Parts: sequence; structure tokens; C-alpha cells
Amino acid sequence: MYEFNYHRPGTLEAAAAALAAAEDGQVLAGGQTLIPTLKQRLASPSDVVDLGSIAGLDGVRREGESIVVGAMTRHADVASSPEVQAAIPALASLAEGIGDPQVRNCGTIGGSIANADPAADYPAAVVGLGASIRTDRRTIAGDDFFTGLFETALEEGEIIVSVSFPIPRRAAYAKFPNPASRYAIVGVMAAETSGGVRVAVTGAGDRVFRVGAMEAALAGSFSADALAGASVSADGLNEDIHAGADYRAHLVGVMARRAVAAAAG
Amino acid sequence: MAESGIGASVPRTEDQRFLTGSGDYTDDTTFPHQTHAAFVRSTHPHASFTLDTTAAASAPGVVTVLTGADLAADEIGTLICGWQVTGKDGEPHKAPPHPVLAVDTVRHVGDAIAIVVAESARAARDAAEQVEVSYAPLPAVVSMRDALADGAPQIHSDAPGNLCYDWEIGDRAATDDAFARAHHVARLDLVNNRLIPNAMEPRSAIGDFNPASGDYTLRLTSQNPHIHRLVLAAFIQIAPEHKLHVIAPDVGGGFGSKIFIYQEETAVLWAAGKIGRPVKWTADRSESFVADAHGRDHESHVELALDADGRFLGLKVSTLANMGAYLSTFASCVPSYLYGTLLQGQYTTEAIYCEVKAVFTNTTPVDALRGAGRPEATYVVERIVDQAAREMGIDAAELRRRNFIPADAFPYPTKVALEYDSGNYRLALDRALEIADYGDFAARREASSARGRLRGIGLSAYIEACGIAPSQVVGSLGAGVGLWESGGIRFNPTGNVLVYTGSHSHGQGHETTFAQLVSDYLGVPFESVEVVHGDTEKTPFGMGTYGSRSLAVGGSALVKAMDKIIAKGRKIAAFTLEASEEDIEFSGGDFAVAGTDRSMNIAEVAFSAYVPHNYPLDELEPGLEETGFYDPANFTFPAGTHVCEVEVDPETGTTEIVNWVAVDDFGNVVNPMIVEGQVHGGVAHGVGQALLEGCAYDADGQLLTGSFMDYTMPRADDLPDMTVETTCTPCPHNPLGVKGCGEAGAIAAPAAVMNAITDALGTNAIDMPATPQAVWRALSE
Ligand SMILES: Cc1cc2nc3c(=O)[nH]c(=O)nc-3n(C[C@H](O)[C@H](O)[C@H](O)COP(=O)(O)OP(=O)(O)OC[C@H]3O[C@@H](n4cnc5c(N)ncnc54)[C@H](O)[C@@H]3O)c2cc1C
Repeated sequence: MYEFNYHRPGTLEAAAAALAAAEDGQVLAGGQTLIPTLKQRLASPSDVVDLGSIAGLDGVRREGESIVVGAMTRHADVASSPEVQAAIPALASLAEGIGDPQVRNCGTIGGSIANADPAADYPAAVVGLGASIRTDRRTIAGDDFFTGLFETALEEGEIIVSVSFPIPRRAAYAKFPNPASRYAIVGVMAAETSGGVRVAVTGAGDRVFRVGAMEAALAGSFSADALAGASVSADGLNEDIHAGADYRAHLVGVMARRAVAAAAG
Repeated sequence: MAESGIGASVPRTEDQRFLTGSGDYTDDTTFPHQTHAAFVRSTHPHASFTLDTTAAASAPGVVTVLTGADLAADEIGTLICGWQVTGKDGEPHKAPPHPVLAVDTVRHVGDAIAIVVAESARAARDAAEQVEVSYAPLPAVVSMRDALADGAPQIHSDAPGNLCYDWEIGDRAATDDAFARAHHVARLDLVNNRLIPNAMEPRSAIGDFNPASGDYTLRLTSQNPHIHRLVLAAFIQIAPEHKLHVIAPDVGGGFGSKIFIYQEETAVLWAAGKIGRPVKWTADRSESFVADAHGRDHESHVELALDADGRFLGLKVSTLANMGAYLSTFASCVPSYLYGTLLQGQYTTEAIYCEVKAVFTNTTPVDALRGAGRPEATYVVERIVDQAAREMGIDAAELRRRNFIPADAFPYPTKVALEYDSGNYRLALDRALEIADYGDFAARREASSARGRLRGIGLSAYIEACGIAPSQVVGSLGAGVGLWESGGIRFNPTGNVLVYTGSHSHGQGHETTFAQLVSDYLGVPFESVEVVHGDTEKTPFGMGTYGSRSLAVGGSALVKAMDKIIAKGRKIAAFTLEASEEDIEFSGGDFAVAGTDRSMNIAEVAFSAYVPHNYPLDELEPGLEETGFYDPANFTFPAGTHVCEVEVDPETGTTEIVNWVAVDDFGNVVNPMIVEGQVHGGVAHGVGQALLEGCAYDADGQLLTGSFMDYTMPRADDLPDMTVETTCTPCPHNPLGVKGCGEAGAIAAPAAVMNAITDALGTNAIDMPATPQAVWRALSE
């Protein structure tokens, strides 16, 4: 780790001010990505602004037909939240499947989506459930949030405050984990929402993406059978030692069918 | 059986401190005036380089920056290989110099170039980044086939063709003849994947030098502190043996990787001498991935010739073994004497021939890893046996039975230079099949198939050779060391006992097992026995722990020492009890005059020896302390059968192990619970190799699996519940009748898993690790 200035502000405004004043400031949430990156000396921010002391940034609440998850809410708290389990069990089970207990007790939803790891799970929920992201400046539609590999629509110094998930009619998440890291090689969120069917895929591409053809097939009949034979093109999908693009494309079909079967069953 | 005696599952004494974070590991120690080291490492697999250390040397907190040139100026030697293998041509293997810090040329990513010593670990690391290394990249060879190709780039000028040796064992003519007579020949190409050891505790060392006395101390993660001292003194020549104190305190796992004498520990000790202050280095996990010796990495072609009844007439094996960029401490013997000699397996195969080419590549050096050569041999034998069974339509268990060495055929001279001492292979196989309900497998397969799953069952009837010995034999095969062990017993005046062993416990539980042994043998309470190990100034010279040798060799040395204690005690008791020595019987800690009620406890004997007021001083020396050295007459040969049952999801390629049965013959067992734990751990290691762990380099020589994000270690939920049982044919040539259990699981498991998977898939077109993607591809073809 290189040296940096550490800030622990008590309010969002103070956090924003600290970031604005810093030469190269970075927000610290659960630290599950940032701390290892610092320890490996892959990042050298001038200032680290810890959100841990800002009241009101964590917790889950129901607001009308949505579940709102504060940016600092730990994965374990999403997984065990009675509100989430009752309203969007798919979201609770997705959170339960992230990493290991240590990671789930430290990592936050804000950190996860801000980081926009192409293999992270939450992006599938954000896009697959049609969520929106509230920041200290504005609200961003989930569909517009992930803009590329580790890239988001967040501006310099913008802080995520919460994520709002509209409650779907039914939804399920199916994940095929990387055997080593257990991030998603392919994860598919399939949901029937008031705004139509959504199928969002994480792990396979440079960012989460929707599969229009599957959504159209499911709009006719929300059943695994409707996806028989459906798959995606391997063109442009991720390739690494764990999974070639063709295998990932194949897994998108398998996981989509399993997600739909679970949601429909 | 006493509650704490031989055969009792005594809970491990050491676990309390390990599990509560109060162990004494190298990195836990901080010496006054301690400095910290960081290494500058090559980022290239093969390059010539020049260095500029000026900026680093003047960076804040830096004490010194030392390079290969400084080592040369101090006439410090290079790292050595301790076993010289002689090739087919009668020439010794090629062991090119392995500098402690690279000079002019680096040969693998992670090769150490310079050591930076500073007031803090961070300052050292900051400064290491300021060492300017200008690389001129050289063409690199990563795969063995590329390394052996005509015109391949040369890694060492004194190893033409990148060949370390071309070795053979067995009888080529007899084997050719067997193949000429064969009714059927089974053939397979097999890859034994490269593994990265990943002990829980990374390597760590603190060197220290006392300018007043001229004494060096090295505290480090070692499986064999005396071998470290010997090599550092005699070959690398940092300090003479009597001026070098080596301590290996609690060590968090080794699996072989902490046997070796590496660049870093050597540099730390030397640097301490140069600055006259303690120097500490602890590897971070990323360093461990590139700088700990890797394991396995074979490519083999194997052929088995059978007659019409399925009897094994001949076995032919041709293997390429990757040595990495330099020849590590025991690398040469692993794919030769620890591999080719085990190809007899449990069978009466009539003729065997094996040739091995050991090859240099621009990768991290490869050396012994849990099992070392023997997992590779079992993998070859047990895969080809299953392959033959399938091709000939003979049940895999039945084919093994037809070829087992019969229980009454021991001692059994093999075709590959060993003599098996004892065993009952059929007993273990039959028991394993019974527990695994082998007979009903077809019904289970059908039930799986109804759920869209592919089910398979695989056997592995493995053999290993432990307690590598005798010294004269291994010496004649090129070993640079003897392979005996030492043990010391010291009674204190108050009757409790210190046990000194030259073996080393780094997770195996010696503090418990050896205390049980001594408590049982000498009749002293378990709680009165303290096991001391891992310190060259406390224990007699000892060879350390590897090759499942600690109890078979180290335990036997303790028996020798205890026999001397009893002999002396008998004399003391005879004098005190006014009886003749022949009339004294020793049992349960008491020396008794036969046929009387007169007796003396061993604690009283000890007291009398230290307070010799009434003592035969004209015949006997005072004190009660003895040392034993034991050089075994032969290896020991643990063997058994493991059965693995898997279910494969053909849609994703995921394999689930649904059942595991292990029936092992370890000879007599001192602590069944510890033995079962060793089997569990060994199987986990072997399952890791078969399903998960695949070290991978890219074509340019960069390690792709350089962290746990990409290198898959087995986790609890990857493993099944296991049924572990033992059979027992005691080892006939050591006093305890024990064989060794630490590596068995790692040896047995890979073949069992792969036989089960290939059975499920109905294809052989898959190598380890059988990841979901690999299984899916095998099914797609
Ligand atoms: C061993 C391990 C296994 C893992 N497995 C998985 C897995 O299976 N699936 C998965 O999805 N994830 C996985 N993760 C990632 C983990 O889930 C965390 O979510 C992730 O590391 C980021 O969250 P964090 O709270 O730790 O953020 P931090 O590490 O603190 O921050 C990450 C990034 O987000 C920025 N940031 C944080 N909060 C905000 C905010 N409110 N507003 C703006 N920017 C912000 C930071 O500046 C930083 O750039 C794993 C991590 C580890 C270490």
C-alpha cells in the first residue's frame, strides 16, 4: 500500500467535499475490492474517503412497490432481510451467493455496482429487475448505469446513495460460478416485471447485458420451454482460462432456462 | 490399550495453540534492531538484464541493496540439487548454476534479482520498486515440447537441448517381448497437471548475525532445519555448521514446498551477516505463487500389454517431466527414483520399461509436492488399468484382482528395483467395494440418468514407497544425503520426559503421536512427555519430514533410544533392588524383580540416576538420557484402494463427488484420528489436482494462475463425506510395524476421480483438472 490521506466524514456533503478537494480521491465502502487493490499497489489514490460513518446510507426498506437498498448495505444484510426475502427472493438469494461469509459481511451493494466488475452478481439484479440508482446528485436508470468494463455512468466524485428495485411479479437468478474466485462466469436474472420480461446476463460480456430474443420468447410464455434452443452468439463474449466464449454462450442458455424454471416453479 | 497409548485417538495437543492464534510462527517473531527485506523479481520469463540500484539505495529507510554481484564478491555459492541422477548415457544430469540472486540473466518470472533491506517492510518494498532493471528479452520456452524442439532457445549453456537428463528403468527387451506376445494393448496419453503448493503459511525467514561471536541464526519455515543448515554451510558457504543455528518453529503446512533451499532464505541470512542486524522476509501470497517450487507437471504416453485373460504382461511408459528453469533441491529424483520405481503398482506385471526426459523450461522450478513422483506413477498405472478393463470388457475390480500380487508373495521383488515388504491388496479392494456398494452401482447410474445426470465410478489401487531408505541404497542412486533419522529421550530428575526428534512437524501432529508412542513404550503419563523438534541446537542432527517418513523412521529412532533407556534403567533397578539384571522385567513403567513384588518405577529410576547417592557409579554413568539413530532396512509400502463416485451435469459440465471410500493399509496405527485426518487432507489435495488446480502459463511465460482468483484450491464444499478405514499388514522391518499415511490420499485420489469421470462420460478425451469447461468440451466432442 502507498500512503494516502484518510477521511471519515459524518455526512454525504462532507464526503463530497473531501472528494472534491482531493487530487485523486476514492470512496471506500466495504473495502473488498479497494483494499486488495491498494495492498497489491495497483492503485494509489491521494485520498480515501470512508463512507462508514455516514448515517442513513445502509439498510433496506420498502417504499411502495419498490425495495430500496442503501448503498452501504452489506450483502449479508440483503440476503437475510425479511423485506427482501418476502418481496424479491431472487435478490436475497443473489446476495447470499456472493463470495464467502467474510466478503458478504463487508462488501456493499454500492461498492459492487460502482466497481462494475463484469463478473459481479449485483449488476444482473440492477438491470434484470429494472432498478434505478440514486446518487448524491441524481437518479440514474439501471439500464444506463453500466457503460463498459469497470465503467459506470457515475461522474467524478459522485456517490451512490441507494438502489431502488421495483418488485417483480416473479424473478430468479441462476449463477454459474468461476471455480476459483466464485464470481459469476455466467449469471442470469430472469424476471417478469410490470414493465415486461427482463433477462439480464452478467459475467459473459464486458458488462451486464439484456437478451432481447429471450425476453421476446418469454413474453409469450414465461417458461423454460419457451427458451428451448435459445442461446446467444459467442461473438465478443469474455474468454479466459476458465471459460471460452463458446462455453459462456452455451451457459447463458442453460442458466437462463434454470432461472426461468426457478422463477416459474 | 491405555487412553493415551498406541492406538488411541488422542486429541492433538498442538491444536489448542494453532486454533487460538497462539502458535509461534516465524513471522510472529520480532528481533531488536530487525530490518525487513523485499526482493526485486523478474517480470520476464527469459531476459538478460542490467541493474541500477542507486536510487533504491538512497531511498528513505533503506539499509542496503544487494545483488548477484555482491554475492559473487563474497564468494557465496549457488543453490544446489542434492540428488544426482545418472542418465541412459551414463552421464550425470545437468545441474546448471542456480544463483541466489540472478546474474546477467533471469530465467523465469519471479526469479530474484536483488534484495532490498530497509527499516520497515514498506520502505523495503517502496525502494525495491526503485531498482531499475533494464531487460533485454530473450526468446522463452514455456512448454516441454517447445523446449525439446530442434533449434529451441537455450535456457542454460551447459544443458544442451534444455535436457536435464534422459533416464530409464526396467528391462526394455523383456518389455518389447511382452508386447509382442500381447493379446491386447491399451494406450493412453496422460497429462499430470502442474500444481502450486500454497501452504497456508507463506515462506518466511529471519536471518541474524552476532558480530561479537560470529554466530548466525536463521529462523524459518522449514520441514528440515538440519538440511537447511548443512546446505547453507557446506555448499553455499555462508557460515560453518557450528556457527549456524537454524530454527523452524511452528510451520503452517509444507507439502514439500518447505524442504528446499531457496533464493530468499539464503539471501536473508547472508544479508544479515553483511549488515550485522536481523533481516526478516515473509512472502506475500503473490510471491508464493511464483517463487515456491511447483509440483508434478508430467506428460506421459503409457501402454499396457495384456494376455487374453487380462493378465498384465508388460507396461511401457515414456514421460516428459518439467523441471522449470533451474534444478531445485530434490527435483531430479522426483520423476525418476520416486516415480519409475513405483510403476509395478500392486500388480504382478511381468515386464516394465520406463524412460523419462527431464526438461528445463522458463517457468518456476518444480520439485517434490505431497507424494512426489508416486502420485504420478499411480496415475499412470491406475488410468491404464481402467482403460484396459473397458477395452476388454472386464470389470475394473475383477481385472485388478486377477493381477494383484498375492498376499502370500511377500517380500515381492518388483521389476523396477524395489522389494515390497508386506501387503494384502485384495483385502483392501474387497472391503472398499463392499463399503461403496459397488455391486449396486448400475441401479444408481440409472437413477442418475433419469435425472439427466451422468454417473461414474472409479477405483484407484495405489501404492507408495515411504521412509525413503536405506541410506546406502539411495546413496548408490545418487542421493547426496543419508536418509536415517535421530531421536533422543531425556528423563528429567522429576521423572518427566523430553523427546527430541530430527523430524519436523508442520501440521502432522507429531507432538501428539510421538508423545503417545513414548508414553506407551516407557509407561510414563502422556502429560509428562514433551516433544522437541525444529531446532538444530536442541535436537540431534535429523533429516526432517517428507515422504511420510516421520513415524516409520523418526519413530523407530525413538524406539532405539528408548531401548537404551530401558537397558540402563534395568541396571539401575537391579542395583537398587539387589537383584540380578536378568531378573528385572520392564512393563508399564515399572522395573520389577521377576516373581516378587519388589519393583521400581521408571521415574524413581530417573531420580536415582540424577541423585546417585545409592547408585553403581563404578559401573554406570549418572543421568538418564539416550540418543538413537535409525537407518531403515527398506522403504515402507503403504497401499490400498480408494473408490470415487461422481455425478456429472452434462449441461454445465459440473462434476460432483457423491461418495468416497478409502481403505488404506498403513501398517500399525498409533493415532487413528490423526491418520484419518491425514487421509482427508490427502484426498482433498488429490481431488484438488483432479478437478480444480491447474497451474497455467501463457505462451509468453507469464503465470496466468497467479492468485486465488484464478488458481482453484479445494474448499470444504468441493469435497464429499469420506468413509475411511484401514487394513493392517504390519511393516516387518521397523520396530513399530508402521508404514506412513501423509501422502496416501494425494496419491490415490487423482486416478480415482478421473476413472470415475471417464466412466461417467464414456470418453478419455479429458485431462486434469477436469473443470466444468473441460468436461463440457469432452462431452461436446
Ligand atoms: C474473495 C472475494 C470474493 C468475491 N466474490 C464475489 C462474487 O461472487 N460476486 C460478486 O458480485 N462480488 C464478489 N466480490 C466483490 C464483493 O462482493 C464487493 O462487493 C466488491 O468488492 C465491492 O464492494 P465493497 O463494498 O467492498 O467496495 P470497495 O472495495 O470499498 O469499493 C469498490 C469501488 O467502489 C467505489 N465505491 C464504493 N462505494 C461507493 C459509493 N457508495 N459510491 C460511489 N463509489 C463507491 C470505491 O471507490 C471503489 O472504487 C468478491 C470479493 C472478494 C474479496
